[in-house]
Amino acid sequence: MTGNQKIISSTKSAKLLLLQMRAYLALILVVAVFAALSPTFLTTSNLVIMAKQVAINAILGIGMTYVILSAGIDLSVGSIAGLSGMVAGWLLTEGLLLPMFGVSIFFNVWVVILIALMTGAFVGAINGFLITKLNVAPFIATLGMLYVARGCAMLISGGSTFPNLAGRESLGNTGFLVLGNEIFLGLPLPIWLMIALTIIGTIIARKTAFGRHVYAVGGNEESAKFTGIRVNRIKTLTYVISGVCAALVGLIIASQLGAAHPATGEMYELNAIAVVVLGGTSLFGGRGTITGTIIGAFVIGVLENGMVLIGMSEFWQIVVKGLVIILAVVVDQWQQKIQHQTLAESA
Amino acid sequence: MANSEISNHTEPMTVSEKPVLSAREVTKKYPGTVALDNVDLDIYPGKVNVILGENGAGKSTLMKIFAGVEKPTNGSLILDGEPVRINSPGKALENGIGIIYQELTVCPNLSVTENIFLAREIKNRFGVVNQKKQRNISAETLKKLEQPINPDMPVSQLRVGQQQLVEIARSLKDNVRILIMDEPTSALSSKETSILKEIISDLTSQGVAVIYISHKLDECLEIGDRFAVLRDGKLVAQAERKDASLSWIIKHMAGKNPDELYPETDHKTGKAMLKAENLCLPRTEGEGYLVDHASFTLHSGEITGIYGLMGAGRTELLESLFGLHKLATGSLFLDGKAIDGFTIDERIENGLMLIPEDRQKQGLIQTLSVAENMTLSSLKSYQKSGFISNKLEKIAVNDYIKKLLIRLSDPGQPVVTLSGGNQQKVVIAKCMLTNPKVLMMDEPTRGVDVGAKYDIFKIMSDFAARDTSVLFTSSELREIMEMSDRVLVLARGKITADLRGQDITEKAILDACVIRNKEEKRKSA
Repeated sequence: MTGNQKIISSTKSAKLLLLQMRAYLALILVVAVFAALSPTFLTTSNLVIMAKQVAINAILGIGMTYVILSAGIDLSVGSIAGLSGMVAGWLLTEGLLLPMFGVSIFFNVWVVILIALMTGAFVGAINGFLITKLNVAPFIATLGMLYVARGCAMLISGGSTFPNLAGRESLGNTGFLVLGNEIFLGLPLPIWLMIALTIIGTIIARKTAFGRHVYAVGGNEESAKFTGIRVNRIKTLTYVISGVCAALVGLIIASQLGAAHPATGEMYELNAIAVVVLGGTSLFGGRGTITGTIIGAFVIGVLENGMVLIGMSEFWQIVVKGLVIILAVVVDQWQQKIQHQTLAESA
Repeated sequence: MANSEISNHTEPMTVSEKPVLSAREVTKKYPGTVALDNVDLDIYPGKVNVILGENGAGKSTLMKIFAGVEKPTNGSLILDGEPVRINSPGKALENGIGIIYQELTVCPNLSVTENIFLAREIKNRFGVVNQKKQRNISAETLKKLEQPINPDMPVSQLRVGQQQLVEIARSLKDNVRILIMDEPTSALSSKETSILKEIISDLTSQGVAVIYISHKLDECLEIGDRFAVLRDGKLVAQAERKDASLSWIIKHMAGKNPDELYPETDHKTGKAMLKAENLCLPRTEGEGYLVDHASFTLHSGEITGIYGLMGAGRTELLESLFGLHKLATGSLFLDGKAIDGFTIDERIENGLMLIPEDRQKQGLIQTLSVAENMTLSSLKSYQKSGFISNKLEKIAVNDYIKKLLIRLSDPGQPVVTLSGGNQQKVVIAKCMLTNPKVLMMDEPTRGVDVGAKYDIFKIMSDFAARDTSVLFTSSELREIMEMSDRVLVLARGKITADLRGQDITEKAILDACVIRNKEEKRKSA
């Protein structure tokens, strides 16, 4: 991570610098293109709508970055988002039924949010347990959890929607809609959450022993074990983080809609992986950054939003998105190669 | 100094024959290093051309250039007096140049025959492989190698040594004129090695030029006809067999006299640092033990060497002490404190550390920088209120780069850009930064060049002098005898000898290695 950058800066290779900044350049490029093609693109209202969508992918992506850095993968994030929204919807509208007393308890919104986030953490912990203790491959364990969590989301309501999450004064559980919709200093709350998580996520990755251990486990698990790193704990924690991030996304969406639907978040895992990869994180683990993921989320967000604005066919939009993701990885390989050549010349 | 050496020796040699392959002013640059620097080298037909040098001296790079795997940054190759461009392994083979790599390149899931013909299958015009013909040629080639290997057997079922012979068979069937062997015997048993030597002498008598690389210097002296020594990417000396000797080789490889290789050890035995009682590690398959009721006490201020034949349980003993095996039993006391049942990180915190046997697989995190690798086991020491302080980290890193003489351009550079010896020093630095009371080193000098070897011995010796204790293993008897204040001999997981001072003799050690074998023969007879 930091090491590579130091050496390169000393080589002052302009080409390499351009490649390194490519995520930023790509972002500037797509913004410029759509600003030119569509008069509405740069309006405040459109940018806010776009940023709200970006926040969803970015928050999922932050959690996913840790998992991928440790050489894992988490396919269950979309389902966890759906489950967490349903848990919140259920607790807000029906409360927790205590059969022996024949009463339902309604919690304060903060408690509901906490329980929903803990649901995400719990599912992540199960992922971690399956992967580290039962030696199930991450792809399979989280693929299974994709189904299990989605099924549980359906089971909560029998497949139907909780249509009104505004809460009731009499029950003391109003205020859930603030999370997704409140405007603070001109920006919606989800965007502030994204900013906060980006900062926290970057600090954890770069300045804590846990962060360093995640990079080490992804780089070489066997060596990490000999180094005294508790590999299983680190891996499990990455899935817990990913689960919590996914649960937060589920809450934001439920709050934005004012309703919880069990199908919320379907296919979101693919977007989350795409933004991480676009941000330059290696799927083999050990290499990548949180800030890269955020840029990746913005590139995808601008692209999706812009293509709608200029009236591109929905089907072409999907094709373009796929091509951009492939291109990102191709350019990444290209950069690795040039980097090696530059290092050789500087020797 | 190097030039005078070359001119002294090269003149009489050029008379005899014309070289088949020559490197002219070959230079190769890699990230962080100049691997080859203006190398002029001639390879002669019908001779065993031995290339010597420390790790990172540039031998493997030169071989890769000969084999078309790497392209030189500068310079050219001359084949039969004509300049050639060898820019792919296929092109090299067309020119009759074959290579057998140090690391196995066989595909374990395929059969012996399929491996021998991999990427060069005998096909008809529809692209269908002629299995029968391939099989016959395989069987014939294996027969030439005097190997009872079934050509239809999957390679995964062969021993490592036999797998290597499959690689050799792959080159032989192509009728190469120049055969490069990069450490071919590192995985072979002594019987397989002697077969290989016969094969080599057969090949040279047919006029094939063999280029031979090995760390086993006595082996090189035994079979070599011509010797060339590389150091730091430069060709520093050449000699014919009559002029070459072990001390000549070491002198040029390390730029040092062989007697200076081992630092003086003068240690004072202190208090008990690590006490192991009835340490056992049962086999996972079958009955018996990999480590069999081993009991010993290590004292501060001492270097204890563990010697034993392959499979005697050296690595397993160290790994059991370090807590890597869940099945290991027995009591352990570190500086008076019971540590059995502790996890690895708890053992490290209490002052036990292991430098693992396999640097690449177990020692380094290849994606991290030199600095990040060095501090990985001791991150707690650089934390301020939970966050890593770059300043504290940097101080520790720079301190150990100086102490261990690690050669690099920037602590932030990727660790993979360092040479083997320097990578090993990074692993050692990582371990020493945890301030161990007992430092275990599993084959610390394996695959490390002579110069770095001396540095590592010096580090060991200095470290033990600080009232700490060192436990190390080596498969080289000389290293064990020179470096140890005390020698434990392992045979079949049991400690069969505990020698000190004058008692450390070659005979005593080797006798202890085989005692149990004899006993068992007696029992079974």
